[in-house]
Amino acid sequence: MTDLTTKLLIIGGGPGGYVCGIRAGQLGIDTIVVDAEALGGTCLNVGCIPSKAIIHAADEFEKSTHFANSSVLGISAGKPSLDLSKTVAWKDGIVKRLTTGVGGLLKKSKVKTIKGWASFVDGKTVDVKTAEGATRIRAENVVIATGSVPVELPFMKFGGNVISSTGALALNAPPKNFAIVGAGYIGLELGIAFAKFGSKVTVVEAMDRILPTYDAELTKPVAKRLKDLGVTVILGAKAKGLSKDGKALEIEQNGKTEAIAADKVLVTVGRKPLTEGWGHDKLALDMDGRHLKINDRCETSMRGIYAIGDVTGEPMLAHRAMAQGEMVAEIIAGHNRRWDKAAIAAICFTDPEIISCGLSPDEAKAAGHKIKTANFPFSANGRAMTMEAEEGFVRVVAREDNHLLLGLQAVGRGASELSAAFGLALEMGARLEDVAGTIHAHPTQGEALQEAALRTLGHALHI
Amino acid sequence: MGVHVIKLPDVGEGVAEAELVEWMVKPGDNVMEDQVLAAVMTDKATVEIPSPVIGKVIWVGAKAGDTVAVGSPIVKLEVDGAGNAKEDAATVKEAPKAEKKAAALSSPARGGGVREADGGGDSSRSSSRMERAPSVALRATAPPPAGEQKRVAPAMPTAAPRKEGEKPLASPAVRKRAADAGVDLRRVAGTGPAGRIGHEDLDAYFEHGSSPVAPRGRRADASIKEIPIIGLRRKIAEKMTISRSRIPDIVYVDEVDMTALEDLRAKLNTGKKPDQAKLTVLPFLMRAMAKAIEDQPQVNSLFDDEAGIVRQYGGVHIGVAAQTDGGLVVPVVRHVEARGLWDCAAEVSRLAESAKKGTATREELSGSTITITSLGALGGIVTTPVINHPEVAIVGVNKMQVRPHWDGSAFVPRRMMNLSCAFDHRIVDGWNAAVFVQRVKTLLENPAMIFIQE
Repeated sequence: MTDLTTKLLIIGGGPGGYVCGIRAGQLGIDTIVVDAEALGGTCLNVGCIPSKAIIHAADEFEKSTHFANSSVLGISAGKPSLDLSKTVAWKDGIVKRLTTGVGGLLKKSKVKTIKGWASFVDGKTVDVKTAEGATRIRAENVVIATGSVPVELPFMKFGGNVISSTGALALNAPPKNFAIVGAGYIGLELGIAFAKFGSKVTVVEAMDRILPTYDAELTKPVAKRLKDLGVTVILGAKAKGLSKDGKALEIEQNGKTEAIAADKVLVTVGRKPLTEGWGHDKLALDMDGRHLKINDRCETSMRGIYAIGDVTGEPMLAHRAMAQGEMVAEIIAGHNRRWDKAAIAAICFTDPEIISCGLSPDEAKAAGHKIKTANFPFSANGRAMTMEAEEGFVRVVAREDNHLLLGLQAVGRGASELSAAFGLALEMGARLEDVAGTIHAHPTQGEALQEAALRTLGHALHI
Repeated sequence: MGVHVIKLPDVGEGVAEAELVEWMVKPGDNVMEDQVLAAVMTDKATVEIPSPVIGKVIWVGAKAGDTVAVGSPIVKLEVDGAGNAKEDAATVKEAPKAEKKAAALSSPARGGGVREADGGGDSSRSSSRMERAPSVALRATAPPPAGEQKRVAPAMPTAAPRKEGEKPLASPAVRKRAADAGVDLRRVAGTGPAGRIGHEDLDAYFEHGSSPVAPRGRRADASIKEIPIIGLRRKIAEKMTISRSRIPDIVYVDEVDMTALEDLRAKLNTGKKPDQAKLTVLPFLMRAMAKAIEDQPQVNSLFDDEAGIVRQYGGVHIGVAAQTDGGLVVPVVRHVEARGLWDCAAEVSRLAESAKKGTATREELSGSTITITSLGALGGIVTTPVINHPEVAIVGVNKMQVRPHWDGSAFVPRRMMNLSCAFDHRIVDGWNAAVFVQRVKTLLENPAMIFIQE
């Protein structure tokens, strides 16, 4: 057994872990990152990045389908064809480039990476099983960044025709009939993409609405688009399991059982923190429900052990994990840091895209604020018209008394890129007047943000 | 009375359990804050577990030699106030909220005198207490968490410059600069739109403390500060109101020639043993009062005016009014009639010390039968002291100074001191009041008489 000693050991090389490693390296901390899989975690390998690649390909394919019929733009083209295995290979190339890039960045920061499965012996000692044998690492500080895994339905385990999001991103042909359990953001992002590839998609959701974490006003344009794309959405229905012949998904709605033809069934009913399999039982870590309990410095209940990212619960977002990782590296370097972020944007890469940053009107009211709020529709935005992206709007939520922005939301094609402006405005403590008084270049979709602020102040110019 | 549960804290060695090697306390013991309760040993170090609160041990959860899991209860203390035993369940349920509240209140609550008055409820205070609980004193050498070392003490802690629960508004760059300097932005006033804190507000804070830059020249100040009267201040207010509204008092002032006593005091102090507390006038006055009370026992009483009973005490328990950061407190020297001069001096200095530190117990702060109040050091010729209800007499000491005194043939410089005494006229007649004060005066002017046993 090899023995190593280090100042900082990071378990998990996902966005939280690798960013923590890079920052720690920059600060001159002796650091080791351990991961059993390729660096980059869920995000780079089987999450954010590959799904966006597939969604982009689906958009392109749908465009050409559009042109094969009659297009208002006056463009016509032949009937397109799709080789999904090539698409997947292209996607894998991007993933490879990014994960190799992460390895390079860590190396540049003089961080050692070990490929293997880590397991705690005690709070200062971790054993890693690698291909070359076992390594024992003693560390002054340990960061748990083990991430999360898809939730499995006990009566419909992953395998065969039942796939997780990871499986959906590796299909070599679009299923003819594609059933999806769960109308959260993962289910709908992939559902829309495969509908564009030509699959007959059916989404089954137990609750009475799609995207239950976003408010109804924001999800309405997505529901409309799903209908246009021919996606069947069945709400208030429970998945019961595969039919006997394995070619249909059985669901129960209002007490009636129904079978939905499905070559593949994608189960996206959420993700759960990975809190087992790495020696959690050897430690005395307080839990907060299903995830590890942390304070505003990402400290767990044991001194010298930190936790970041999905293993610390919602919101399970890569950019949150990255910011936590950066903060923890600085804390270990002796800087005085606390979690003080004003907002973490959440994006849903459906068609149209939804972005929410800060508080929605209902959340702001629930928090006891008196608010002013207004929408500005993309149908009144010149740039959106020229892009055939008139669906959706930008929404502004501000305090009534001092006009401090509390939340910014949008739904629309390409709306995700507004996240930079939304995040900056909230983090800087902008007021309605700040946004309204900033020149927004014409013609861009971003003008809708300025107009929404102006409209909240009662003097929008273009509506 | 509540129960405060102390759990085995994470001892910082990365272990989930530790062996309890020694108990320093047993059930029934009273413990002070920071007193060591037990020692636990990991295979790396021996660690002492201090008590975060004052209380009485009512339960211990392990025997010496037992292995205890981190986080399991090891001691239960009976404490004043609510304790933390019930709150445990509550914190689990609404953890995020409780955490936020504790964070919001923990630092402004450090503002010295405002401490008692702050924090609108016990829950906030006990939750910050709970945060303290896991602190451990390491016997083995262990480096402190790196973050602690670089922290600069905040310049001037004062009340928060924005409404309670409102987060400070600042750009990330300002937040980082404040964090690096160890400044809590909740204490920094923001002069920007919507109360935003800018770099210039931070500059002003570094230079002047929490208030924004002071404008030059005179300016009308139309501000009104509302200060809730709670905690010790409210208790003082209530007691004073009761005393002044119920007790028709008679105030009697006379001057005392302290020259002889001062000579004696100086000699005694020169010859004192190193372990003896320095004598002030106070122990002499206390002994003189005890002696005078032998002849005028009615001044050493508590009058229960609702029941119509006067309880005349055999023991002389003298309260000594003391000013602390938190306000007026009255620690009590018990059984002065049974104490010698040096004994009184030692007890006064011990009580004054613990009152100042805030560690005086409830017993030490109650049970007086007569009170001494002294503003002597600040000057003043006469005071009208407020009787410490339900007592019936209070002796006020004024400043001692050299004054011309007519000795029958010439003016001579003498050290004179006034005694301003107040009596409950319902119980003590003017005659008796005068006799008591004259007796004390005689004893002080002829200090040998204090010590003569007839």
